[in-house]
Amino acid sequence: MLTILIDGIAYGMLLFVMAAGLAVTLGLMNFVNLAHGAFAMIGGYVTALAMNRLGMPFLLTLPFAFLVPALVGVVAERLLYARLYRRSHLDQVLFSIALVFMAMAGTDWLLGSGQQLITLPGWLQGRFEVFGVGIGRYRAFLIVICAALVVGLQLILGRTRFGARLRAAVDDQRAARGLGINVGGIFAATFAVGSGLAGLGGALGIEMMGLDPTFPLKIMVYVLIVVTIGGTASLTGPFIAALLIGTADVAGKYYLPELGAFLIYLVMILLLILRPQGLIARAR
Amino acid sequence: MSAALQTIALEKRFGGLIATDKVSLTLEHGARHALIGPNGAGKTTFVNLLTGVLPANGGQILLDGNDITRKSQIQRARLGLGRTFQINQLFGAMTPVESIGLAVSERMGGGRDFWRRVGTRTDILDEITGLIERFRLTEVMDHPTRLLPYGKQRLLEIALALASNPRVLLLDEPAAGVPEAERGELLETLAQLPRDVSILLIEHDMDLVFAFAERITVLVNGALFADGTVSEIMSDPRVQAVYLGSDAHA
Amino acid sequence: MSDTTLSHPATAARPDAGQRASRDLLRRGRLKPAEIVFWLATAASFFLLPDRHLLLSEIVILGLFALSLDLIIGYAGVVSLGHGAFFGLGAYVAGLVSVHLTGEPLTGLILAALAAGILGLATGPLLLLRASDLTRLMVTLGVAMLLLEAANRAAWLTGGADGLQGVTINPLLGRFEFDLFGTTAYAYCLIVTFALFLLARRVVTSPYGLSLLAIRDNALRARSMGIPVGPRILGIYAFSALIAGVAGALLTQTTMFVSLDVLAFHRSADVLLVLVLGGVGYLYGGLIGAIAFKLLQDWFSAITPQYWMFWMGLVLMVIVLIGRDNLNALPRTLMRRLRREDRA
Repeated sequence: MLTILIDGIAYGMLLFVMAAGLAVTLGLMNFVNLAHGAFAMIGGYVTALAMNRLGMPFLLTLPFAFLVPALVGVVAERLLYARLYRRSHLDQVLFSIALVFMAMAGTDWLLGSGQQLITLPGWLQGRFEVFGVGIGRYRAFLIVICAALVVGLQLILGRTRFGARLRAAVDDQRAARGLGINVGGIFAATFAVGSGLAGLGGALGIEMMGLDPTFPLKIMVYVLIVVTIGGTASLTGPFIAALLIGTADVAGKYYLPELGAFLIYLVMILLLILRPQGLIARAR
Repeated sequence: MSAALQTIALEKRFGGLIATDKVSLTLEHGARHALIGPNGAGKTTFVNLLTGVLPANGGQILLDGNDITRKSQIQRARLGLGRTFQINQLFGAMTPVESIGLAVSERMGGGRDFWRRVGTRTDILDEITGLIERFRLTEVMDHPTRLLPYGKQRLLEIALALASNPRVLLLDEPAAGVPEAERGELLETLAQLPRDVSILLIEHDMDLVFAFAERITVLVNGALFADGTVSEIMSDPRVQAVYLGSDAHA
Repeated sequence: MSDTTLSHPATAARPDAGQRASRDLLRRGRLKPAEIVFWLATAASFFLLPDRHLLLSEIVILGLFALSLDLIIGYAGVVSLGHGAFFGLGAYVAGLVSVHLTGEPLTGLILAALAAGILGLATGPLLLLRASDLTRLMVTLGVAMLLLEAANRAAWLTGGADGLQGVTINPLLGRFEFDLFGTTAYAYCLIVTFALFLLARRVVTSPYGLSLLAIRDNALRARSMGIPVGPRILGIYAFSALIAGVAGALLTQTTMFVSLDVLAFHRSADVLLVLVLGGVGYLYGGLIGAIAFKLLQDWFSAITPQYWMFWMGLVLMVIVLIGRDNLNALPRTLMRRLRREDRA
């Protein structure tokens, strides 16, 4: 029971790390980006390839799993996304679906359609017991890393000048521009960090979620669910939503395997009926 | 006989901020009534409360004596509360004929009709032509709305509201942004609005208010500040103080 | 029509204005020459390409499916990522009817349409909860995924991952056997699609259709005019679902097979692409897009067999970046130029 809870929390934390960037960019630019999972996939492949082909140790690959997608993100944002901020949501959906298709087919083309497997270092394998509860070492590692990231994100948003500017831009873009804030620059920086975080999440998640060219599509649904029910007013909403979805998914697969992914969609639709404004509603 | 539109101690709060402070206002039948006030006096919030865009925190709204406080925007419109918008809210891809035709057909219960072809009911067609001519849209009636000159769009904005045959019409700054050359046409059209429609004009253009209104209500800081005939309000020293004061700042 | 307007006293005084108004209102409903050409060409394809009937059936089914999506995207402004739910439901209902009830094709078609329409009516209110596009995307996607999972789990009914076995379809109207070359199938698909197209055309050019355009253009204004936005959107959503269900049923009946693939996410994504290829909001987009989609798919598959999705994605991306409006305006601009040259 507790083991499942901890698995669920680890999974939820991972989802949050992947979804955080999407929540911020959606709140900031009102851009429906279905291709966020593609950046997570890039991070995953960076780690998998670096480990399997270059023989790099797992931990050392993680900074690259952040940096490479962040770089790709900033280029894509400036070259492509920035042109579509003022377009209809239909255009944004079409564009990002096209990106997902291209990322999936392109990865398949270049790297094959097989699952990427990695071998975790010994100290992250197996499980340990606390008060008779078995906890996977890797799960604990995930929780610690992701919790650190969550705290770090909150500090950046809450305490730094960049965070203040970002919040101002989310609240009221025009007013922020009037105050001389470089909103375009903030967009790009946020997009880069969000993509980097997604990539890091993708790398950390190989062990739990697997990694193959269909990853962007698989993760898209989960990440969007987190953002939709969490809302984009703050990061707290998506965080709670991610924990809820993660736990529900793990518990559902354990206790009601015959339902499969049914449960997650049901939870999402029910939450949307009960809290149409998101878990934490934006103040009007 | 009850008033055309009446609010009783209408109240709206945003958090700790009181946007509409127990406003009681009466709009008589056939009235030409102006609601004025300095910027930030809460005029827009008040209109949003009347039309149901925002829910009220307290008080009542009566339309012809019927309580509409809890009714939706759509229900209020169907009960005969029409409005125009401060910023044009038109159907850019449709022509004036189509837009007005839609409003007329909705009123005559044609909006659910999914089988008849548009433009085959002569009663609707007559109404459309009448409105098109009254609002001087004849020339441009079959042009896409988004290509019309601003003044024509402003006229269409009012024509659309009138096409629903409202008993009460809220005009939200009808002349806002209209260039001087097209202004005269608009004012004339306003003066010719049918007398059986009771009109509340929300405006801060005082020339238009004096030309149009017979009665004036002044809103300051969300509360009712003064209410009376045009001459009463004009000679009220408190109103002058507020207006001169705010004008000096503006 | 013009006679009655003229005889009416009010318009008689100003026949000119009345006539212009009436002409403008009738404009959308008028049958244009290009439309007649389009349908004549479609009918001709039946006789001119006798060895391609199987492929043509596929195209028509895809086109009908995309047409149903156009009704909600182009006419109600609702973006859906889960339209495949209705297609898949229609496909399964048609299959199950043939296995358990009767092989008579029209019965299966009608039951499939009803089932999909009812699902549309039942899930439509979810779209109205919070009219944000993201919520609508997620709700439509969620419903489609729920259905896929349900079909996957209910293997006793649907055959699960192996597909539904034993679908057999009786001759159409008791006379026309569904042959191996797909001739009956293509004729059947064409007639059903044409009939539904006429129905859809009638609906979107009615006062109801005009009110949908108004809602899409400016929901705020529509509401203040007293147009009941929710029920109107619900109505077209259910109608669109019904047509998608028919498209699904046609697929099952003409291929005599149905599997989980009909409910997969890529169906919903593909149909969106098809519609965008052909253009949104004028009913022909779905049909034209289906032809373009199949041609492109053929072409890309010839270049790089497994990775045609990459090129399709690229095409879609370029379309969006150039701007759909600019592309849609292209034929009209060309026509205008040609005409001007004619006159010169």
